[in-house]
Amino acid sequence: MIELDQVQFARGRQVIFGGVDMAFPRGQVTAVLGPSGTGKTTLLRLIGGQVRPSAGRVVVDGTEVSRARRKTLYALRRRMGVLFQNGALFTDLTVGENVAFPLRAHSRLDEALIERIVLFKLEAVGLRSARGKYPAELSGGMARRAALARAMALDPEIMLYDEPFAGQDPVGMGVLLRLIRRLNDALGLTSIVVTHDVSEALSIADHVIVIAGGRVIGQGAPEEVLAQRESEPALAQFLDGAADGPLNAGDVGTPLAEELGLGGGR
Amino acid sequence: MSRVVDAIARLGRMVIGGVRHAGSMALFAVELAWVLMPSWARPRDIFQQVYAAGVLSLVIIIVAGGFVGLVLGLQGYNILSNFNASESLGVMVALSLVRELGPVVAALLFAGRAGSAITAEIALMKTTEQLAALEMMAVDPLRRVIGPRFWGAMISVPLLAALFSMVGIIGGYLIGVVVLGVDQASYWGQIAEQMEAWEDVGGGAIKSLAFGAVIALIAVYEGYRAEPTASGMARATTQTVVLSSLAVLGLDFVMTAFMFGA
Repeated sequence: MIELDQVQFARGRQVIFGGVDMAFPRGQVTAVLGPSGTGKTTLLRLIGGQVRPSAGRVVVDGTEVSRARRKTLYALRRRMGVLFQNGALFTDLTVGENVAFPLRAHSRLDEALIERIVLFKLEAVGLRSARGKYPAELSGGMARRAALARAMALDPEIMLYDEPFAGQDPVGMGVLLRLIRRLNDALGLTSIVVTHDVSEALSIADHVIVIAGGRVIGQGAPEEVLAQRESEPALAQFLDGAADGPLNAGDVGTPLAEELGLGGGR
Repeated sequence: MSRVVDAIARLGRMVIGGVRHAGSMALFAVELAWVLMPSWARPRDIFQQVYAAGVLSLVIIIVAGGFVGLVLGLQGYNILSNFNASESLGVMVALSLVRELGPVVAALLFAGRAGSAITAEIALMKTTEQLAALEMMAVDPLRRVIGPRFWGAMISVPLLAALFSMVGIIGGYLIGVVVLGVDQASYWGQIAEQMEAWEDVGGGAIKSLAFGAVIALIAVYEGYRAEPTASGMARATTQTVVLSSLAVLGLDFVMTAFMFGA
């Protein structure tokens, strides 16, 4: 179980979260939706303890990440897998060595066994034949799946996916969607998928959280969130992908006329 | 008037920026100090970095050392022969190299060749989230990535400086003895007789150790703290070369004053 309790976070003067509460149920796939730049990646970084909130608490499985010391944090991270937006594979290592990396770093398994585990993990993402290739030789989708195999290497209990569908072709997207769902169910994980692809997220998630403008605008099972659209115009606009509405996709700040010195200003 | 105020404000900002930079580097050095010994838990990582930073710099060090030795031999012969002292060419060449030129020039070349590469590599790892990925795998990037690179540079610089001096002395020999006809026995004999193992060779070694530490620290710091953008990386690599060159030259003056000043 992962919980955010009245979490505030700001980058410089820009407020990313102004006191949000969120809960991610154990054993389920939770999709975190929201327009670009609403702090979805920051949310994952808060859960992983890479950044700390300015106020509030982030609790993962009873550990308060927002206050944890390094040792506790590292122990917790061994039980977490993170799929980064661009994969973040180690470019100097082959795919196989990338997957073996966490195993070599944290276990005392002998090489033959590590080789086997790597093979299984790569088989799970359909990349067994690419184990000798370097990340630069992979397509975007393959790199993402290789990174997924690496994130799964230590059999984590919690999986965090940062925009896993960005830039995927329809087939790659389908493969990833199925993988996320299957891995979650087969291994009993708690998964958090951060994305702005509404229909993909709704198709696999058990639980959905929609954030915009530093607050939660919708939360619950997919059908519950769809039902909340009536009472929340921002949610309706985001789910429909409408150009007009309270979520301003354009510029905020000084009006153009004023910036051009055409009156209306001083 | 406002121009003057602006200029003063700019100067103030520069000074504050510089002090902040130095302070942040000092804090980083303390953080790094904690992981330097634990980095030896994986000696292979360190040897790999010695190869990347040191072995791959061999060509530039050997070629540069040779040329510096040739020039020293030529200039030294011209001056010394005015005083009928051309037999002292060997000791002149050797002392200039071992005490000053070896450590300093090798360090400067190293900063340009390997220091910038270390910075660029670390900054790129940061930009592509590889360092963040390490952290999320519960692997400390300081210990795993930064520590070995620091050691690689720190170990390489003194060895390269020694090699630079050695090749330079042979260069001086080639021009002085083989081409200009200085007596071979006095070239080597005076070196053996007049150079002090501790004061001259030891002094040079201490200098190049210090230069190695300074370049290594600047290179890893600039990479680790680089802004994760293309221009941020460019700035970081430039900063490494500029800062470490200036630091080497400044430190050289201070160390020379203390070691050979009196």
